[in-house]
Amino acid sequence: MAKQILSSTINGEAVEVLVQPYETLLDALRETLGLTGPKEGCGTGDCGACTVHLDGKPVASCLMLAVQARGRSVTTIEGLSDNGVLHPLQDAFVRHGVPQCGFCIPGVLMAAAALLAEHPKPSEEEIRYGIAGNLCRCTGYTKMITAISEAAQAAAPRSA
Amino acid sequence: MRRFEVALPESLDECLRLLADRGPESKLLAGGTDLLPQMKNGVTTPKHVIDLSGVAQVHVLESDAKTGLRIGSAVPARQVELDARVRDGYAAIADAAALIGSVQVRNLASVGGNLCNAAPSADMAPPLLALEAQAVIAGPKGERRVPLSDFFTGVRKTVLAPDELLVEIVTPPPGPRSGGSYIRHTPRRELDIAVVGVASQVTLSNGVCAKARIALAAVATTPIRATAAEAALEGKALTPELIDRAADLAVQSATPISDQRGSADFRRHLVRVLTRRTLTTALARAGA
Repeated sequence: MAKQILSSTINGEAVEVLVQPYETLLDALRETLGLTGPKEGCGTGDCGACTVHLDGKPVASCLMLAVQARGRSVTTIEGLSDNGVLHPLQDAFVRHGVPQCGFCIPGVLMAAAALLAEHPKPSEEEIRYGIAGNLCRCTGYTKMITAISEAAQAAAPRSA
Repeated sequence: MRRFEVALPESLDECLRLLADRGPESKLLAGGTDLLPQMKNGVTTPKHVIDLSGVAQVHVLESDAKTGLRIGSAVPARQVELDARVRDGYAAIADAAALIGSVQVRNLASVGGNLCNAAPSADMAPPLLALEAQAVIAGPKGERRVPLSDFFTGVRKTVLAPDELLVEIVTPPPGPRSGGSYIRHTPRRELDIAVVGVASQVTLSNGVCAKARIALAAVATTPIRATAAEAALEGKALTPELIDRAADLAVQSATPISDQRGSADFRRHLVRVLTRRTLTTALARAGA
């Protein structure tokens, strides 16, 4: 099995790495690139813990082969802040104490960032729908919705 | 995941050559949201995976007043869901595309993949059946068109040969004063599989229903049309009583099984309810 060269833009940087043909994007991000923010919860696209942005759109990175990201731009939770300045969503999540165990949070933040890029002032219903693909086993949804709503009020969000 | 080689064709011809060479041992990869879980749990163990992301023809999404809507087989559900031309002219398709998985899944999951995976519960099938869509299939001998009603041959089975590829789905324009709707029942609102799905499409003319098409998912081995119900509606004014009658007739087309998602009786009940609701919505969208 020949490894393939994967050329992508990852968190704003041009990256060239070797990946196995059968390697998922999530595994390449975590194992090869050391970006362990995206998590593997279910591995079947049900839990959303692996959510990253592909050309600005949220996708389940556990359901993609790494080679499918060739020539594309990938943003993980590690690329959401701007030179150490937290994204308004991250800031709101910290202030509201949203993370409990924290496992789902990188995926939730990436889903929420994509939501705000599309709907800068979402209704509660739109927020619930926007993070419907993310499971939190600590059941911390109420604080998530409060924090996302507050971040949307606080600032016109940047697209990630 | 069992190991495999991956091929990255840059054209349809290159893809067809790969299929001719190693079709039976290959799987085509579009969105991957069905294929990757199947490969991870060992249900599917291809030696070769052919990634379609470099094949331009399967990424077309175009609408033409005369020739209708062309959806490339690898176009993600999310793109279809958000497309103004689909929402305006082919609302039942947009309804269904908005229901496939979460937003993270819909940005990957393709319309063609949903059809080729050929689950009896495939959400994209009923609206496309009700709109009399055709599957455009490429193979070593050129292109052929198959009405979607002939595309599915059984549970997870289609007419596609191992050396063939679904290129796009073409839907003729439904014409003026037409409306459509797709509704499914799921125990959860998100990330669930239809217990039953129903699409209705009607065209009105001079106060009566000139054309009606009703399609059902998850009540037979393949997605099916409810032709007796359609016939009962055509040429008549779509009164609530007639819609109730059509809903009863649609139940007769269903041959559901009982499984963990619902009993056969419950599914028949859902066919009646969802046929009534989708016809009512289709009628309203047709501008009645």
